[in-house]
Amino acid sequence: MDIMSQSVKKKRKKITPYIFIFPTVILLSVFLVVPIIMVIGYSMFDNVIANKNPVFVGLENFISLLADADFWNAIKNTLYFVIVSIVAHMIIGMTFAMILNTRYLHIRTKGIFRVIYALPWMFTASIIAIVWRIILNPNGVLDYVVTTLGFASGHIEWLASRALALKSVTLMNIWAGYPFFMISILAGLQVISADLYEAASLDGANSVKSFLYITIPQLKPILSSLLMLDFVWTLQQFALIWMTTGGGPVNASETIGIIIYKEAFTRFQYSRASAAAVLLLLVCTIIGIFYVRHQGAEE
Amino acid sequence: MSGKKKKSVQILVYILLALGTIWAGFPVLWMFVNSFKSNAEIFELPPRLITENFSFSAYTKIFQNSEQVRFFINSYLIAAAVVILTLAIGLMASYAFSRFKFRGKNLINTLIVSVQVVPLITLLIPYLSLIVLLKLYDTYFALILTYLVFTLPYCIIMMTGYFNMIPKDLDDAVMIDGGSRFVVLWKILVPPSLPGLVSVGMYTFMQSWNEYLFALTLTRTNDMRTVPVGINLLMGQHAYEWNQMMAMSVLGSIPVLILFLFFQNYFIAGMTAGSVKS
Repeated sequence: MDIMSQSVKKKRKKITPYIFIFPTVILLSVFLVVPIIMVIGYSMFDNVIANKNPVFVGLENFISLLADADFWNAIKNTLYFVIVSIVAHMIIGMTFAMILNTRYLHIRTKGIFRVIYALPWMFTASIIAIVWRIILNPNGVLDYVVTTLGFASGHIEWLASRALALKSVTLMNIWAGYPFFMISILAGLQVISADLYEAASLDGANSVKSFLYITIPQLKPILSSLLMLDFVWTLQQFALIWMTTGGGPVNASETIGIIIYKEAFTRFQYSRASAAAVLLLLVCTIIGIFYVRHQGAEE
Repeated sequence: MSGKKKKSVQILVYILLALGTIWAGFPVLWMFVNSFKSNAEIFELPPRLITENFSFSAYTKIFQNSEQVRFFINSYLIAAAVVILTLAIGLMASYAFSRFKFRGKNLINTLIVSVQVVPLITLLIPYLSLIVLLKLYDTYFALILTYLVFTLPYCIIMMTGYFNMIPKDLDDAVMIDGGSRFVVLWKILVPPSLPGLVSVGMYTFMQSWNEYLFALTLTRTNDMRTVPVGINLLMGQHAYEWNQMMAMSVLGSIPVLILFLFFQNYFIAGMTAGSVKS
């Protein structure tokens, strides 16, 4: 009798964790594992969804995509967008974090400026897009400032010219994304022990040296996760570009995210869109694995 | 440091402070002041902060338009539902992760961590098929389920960390007194983890309040649109109602601004936990 109840208890204890984890597992299976399998499947069939009986075509969608000049144009744009954004996020975030961490300012002053500098973080992509559309209008305020200062002769098409569209959306993305770096770096700076700097200055290190040999190495774990996260986010940025240039003019600011969306929802080429999505997934997975390994090694 | 050098560093700091303020603050200020102008004054030259026609008419127009009010109601409902469900399901999973060893734990853990690097746009096309298949297209549930998947992993990672810091002896004491595991979770584990819970809640709210791509794709009628998609509908539907778009942007940003101002530390902890490793 006693043994019986004990084995029942044991069994129940075995089941218990599964009861608690059950909703999570169901959700992640249906909305993560299944969709990933689906999108890989779609990428290997001839025009799925639109066509009732799709035909298996293997890697043909990938081959046609990789032979497409538009696709390579989007890759080139994406690389520009991602690299310039990340570098600018890092520089601006670092500069602002250092300012907010100096001893030259009162703690309350720092608090106020921390809020001001974090402002872009509060706004969703569609709001950022519309505000910048007003600022970057050919009759808008930035045009007025640049023209008045004598740098241009007026009516600059920031978003509608081939030469500037990609640069303008990159500028917007820089504005939208640096606060995350600033706040994270600031948190990192605040836990670096003051003793380290003191010891360095006793050894005669100037501020540039202590930045290079103390600040940067101490921040390294934060900086590397910031870079990885920002890379993955910027790579898939869609909303900001879609709502300002729509990838245009023609394809001047088309990125991989825009290509996936356009192929699927304006051209109804779901298979090609899926192939592009799978390539994006592949890149992000490789970065993710690399990142996890790197983090594991550091611990 | 010599006095002169100190002075010059100080001046440099002030110049950078001013430049930074213009860079960060001007677009926000411009949004705000333009919401009080008439549509014709938005692009007048030279640009002015305040015009003669200063008025709240853009705001009153939004409040009078039931369609646009609906966008806000939709956004609030969906965000609230996602926060509640994420916390409920996430707390249960965190309890299992923190207190039990079970088969498949590692696999599930990998799955949860991997969500961070899966580009969400990759999931868009299969989601559309799935949501249509489940007959959820153009419903609240389509967005609630979708956002839940995006926010749940973060909640589980964060809360498992909190639970792991609470000694197991406390659980046993409750269970010996005849309390169920849900009582343990609610009475023992949740109270000390409250800061984490608030941070996760805010992060979750932000994610669902801001999401655009899936809201655009998985809903169709204006009855189901959320604020980010709704603002964009003001563009191109009639003429461009710039002042109304600005007013709606201000209104659409207020919830997040309030959360930030009043719960700054929780907010920051919630939004940066991915980068600043504990």
